[in-house]
Amino acid sequence: MMIALVVLREVLEAMLIISVVLAASKGVAKRGWFVAGGVGLGVIGAFVVAFFVSQLSGAFAGHGQEFFQAAIMFMVTLLIGWHVVWMQHHGREMVAEMKQMGAAVSSGRKPLLVLALVVALAVWREGSEVVLFIEGFLAGQPVASVAFGSALGIAAGVGLGSLLYLGLLRLKMSTMFSTTNLLMACIAAGMAARGAGKLIETGILPPLVEPVWDTSAVLPEQSLPGQFVASLTGYIAQPSAMQLLFYVFTLATLAVLLHRQKRRHASSQAAQPIAQ
Amino acid sequence: MRQAVRIYMGFMVAAIMLLACVTHGHAEEAAGVKLFNLTIQNHTFQPATLSAPANQPLALHVVNKDNAAEEFESEALKREKIVPANGEITILLPALKPGTYGFVGEFHEETAKGTLVVQP
Repeated sequence: MMIALVVLREVLEAMLIISVVLAASKGVAKRGWFVAGGVGLGVIGAFVVAFFVSQLSGAFAGHGQEFFQAAIMFMVTLLIGWHVVWMQHHGREMVAEMKQMGAAVSSGRKPLLVLALVVALAVWREGSEVVLFIEGFLAGQPVASVAFGSALGIAAGVGLGSLLYLGLLRLKMSTMFSTTNLLMACIAAGMAARGAGKLIETGILPPLVEPVWDTSAVLPEQSLPGQFVASLTGYIAQPSAMQLLFYVFTLATLAVLLHRQKRRHASSQAAQPIAQ
Repeated sequence: MRQAVRIYMGFMVAAIMLLACVTHGHAEEAAGVKLFNLTIQNHTFQPATLSAPANQPLALHVVNKDNAAEEFESEALKREKIVPANGEITILLPALKPGTYGFVGEFHEETAKGTLVVQP
């Protein structure tokens, strides 16, 4: 049961990101393939990391694990941030085209690659923990119970994550896009904050104030609802001031970039009232 | 322009890899940070209880003498790090308030348990 819970937690975190990504790319052709490719790549990467965990741990003056995790988190922040801004620019076109033709959009290739990468990174990060867990458990417990527990955890994680996907799909198209955009902005900010947390653990970044608040009594991150909220909003139960800075900075940067997109869009619309 | 970006990225990756190799295994010990040793043996922590002073940064040096990897995890200390089989890691801790901080070996939670007692 322990194994199932541990695996469930990690799988759920990855599944939530995958669900948001799948919903955000709905209507674009072959997105399933890209997402599946991302998952596959992430799983392979996870096994590679587990294999090299000794070397990884020893690297960077013993802080290889933290730097690796921080690097993945910041990469996810950048990729999701790019996608959010891209969606703002092309989202309206996509919605219009899809309504007109009811078919897939050709401009979907680039953002699909980015989303596939996001999925790969998310699966890579969570997956490497899962692989190491399973390896660790196998050392002390019979294979059958480990296999059963892991399968249960994966099934439960996929199931719960799917609920989010189905819920998002029930929204009206434009609402769904803006909802997934908002979720992705928060996920990006949350990743930046957590990446900052990992760098703080290595001693490279100072926490400044720690913790700014402590809501672990109300909503602990380790609990299932806490995990859900943390994955989707970047919620941290005991954040340091440095982490909050990263969170706010990421959201502010995205807000500025999106605002610029809106103005450019508005002015180009004014200049060329005829649809392209 | 794209070429320049690619060359730059290549340099960065090479530099990072070089840094990783050069710093391999040499855990930093910042001047004045108290280091405490913890050993994992037969899926237990030894010693099971550590005593440390409050209000100063600490470092935990965890050596895993088992043939299986362990994950050092502490909700109270907000740390989670893998200790490779027959390997060692260092965990940096900020200045802590007095109190008891529990930690476990997540792969063998029934037997791998310990407490860090922080005293003024």
